[in-house]
Formats: sequence, structure tokens, C-alpha cells
Amino acid sequence: MRVTVKYFASIREALARGSETIDTNARDCGQLRDQLLALGGAHALALARGKAVRMAVNQVMSDETAPITEGCEVAFFPPVTGG
Amino acid sequence: MSVRVSIQTADFDLSEEVAALRRDDPRVGAVCSFVGTVRGSNEATQGPQVLSMELEHYPGMTEKAIEAMIDETHRRFDIYAARVVHRVGLLQPGAQIVMVAVTSAHRGQSFQACEFLMDYLKTQAPFWKKEETPQGAQWVDARVSDDEALGRWGIASGNA
Repeated sequence: MRVTVKYFASIREALARGSETIDTNARDCGQLRDQLLALGGAHALALARGKAVRMAVNQVMSDETAPITEGCEVAFFPPVTGG
Repeated sequence: MSVRVSIQTADFDLSEEVAALRRDDPRVGAVCSFVGTVRGSNEATQGPQVLSMELEHYPGMTEKAIEAMIDETHRRFDIYAARVVHRVGLLQPGAQIVMVAVTSAHRGQSFQACEFLMDYLKTQAPFWKKEETPQGAQWVDARVSDDEALGRWGIASGNA
């Protein structure tokens, strides 16, 4: 299936892109993150397990256990700092 | 219902916002508001001088997330209305960043609801601040104290 992956702030800068379309068999956010890490390069650095990476599925704050479905929008970003 | 959440580059006028929020509602006896502004330096962390600040957000999610926070605020407190305005884009030191305003019959619920909504927004709304300093640009780090502030309301936050 295909999903849209969005990136924000420092992660967007590190990957030099705000979004990309990914073909995946991942069942949840954690598996999708694993797949992106396996791409190596900037992905492996920006999304590394040791880093504070927050995520959202279909624009709702989620975690690595959140299920992924066909056509969904998954976002990876650093801890938020608004207000 | 009038617009509850605005994400905008333009500045806002607190007096106008408060007037609009309590207009035509004779039940209102209290209004509590909060305004956050851009610090020119961060003395608490001995950080560098801030020349300007760039605010990024997640269009679509930001509005939805704050709408849900306002719904939760209504569930928890006896308030009549709430309004959130958050600016994005390039901001100068001293500029207004965010405002929260809440109305209720008596002050207690407004004070609490305003603080709750602000604590919630700090750790759960998708905004990111980048500071321009004489040493270059840097993304602002999230603070554990903000997670703890939300924790006081019984909501666990692992943002920072």
C-alpha cells in the first residue's frame, strides 16, 4: 500500500523534503519508521531510535503502535515547541 | 458558532478578541486571557540573544488539535467560550505569538481553563520554533517542565 509521509522542523531540514510517498507493508508507525531507517543516509540519522521523534497518523498525535492503513498520512517531527 | 481557532501570520488585537468573545452573552462575568511573546534573550538558560524567531506548524493538524483541546476544556470547566490565536512565520523580539481567552460566570473557572488550555497547547499542538541568533539559527528544545505542567491536570505528556 501507499502512504504519504510528512516531515517537519529539524527532521524536514535534515531530509531536505517536506513529504514523500512510500510503498509499505508496515502495520504500524514503528514498522514504518524501521523501513525509513533502513533507507540509510539522512533518513537513518534524522529518525534514529536514540532521537526524540514524535509522530501523527492522519493528523492525530500518535505513537509507534498506531496502525497504518492504505492512503493514510503519517508525520514524523521533533518534540513540539509552540505557545 | 464563531471561529475558535486561528493560525495566522498577522498580529492580533487582544481587546478586539475579548470583546468579540463575550459579546451578546449576558451570562459572562469573567474573562481570563494569556498572551505569549517572543523573548529577546533567554536569561533562564543563558541562551544567546534572539534576533528573530521563525514558527513552523503542521497545517490541518494544528487546527484540529487545538479544536479538540478546546472541546476538552469545555468538558473539564464550566466556561462559555474559548478562543485561541497562534501566529506562524517570521516574528521579531517583543512580538505577540499566541493568545488564549476564556469566558465564564466567575473567575475561578476562567483562570483554570485558560491555564489548562495553554499547558495543553504547549506540548500537544504541532508548532516548532527556530531562533535566529548571532551564532546562527537553532531549533528550540522542548522543555520537560512543560510536560510536567500538563501532568498536573492528569494528562501524561512525553513530548520533551
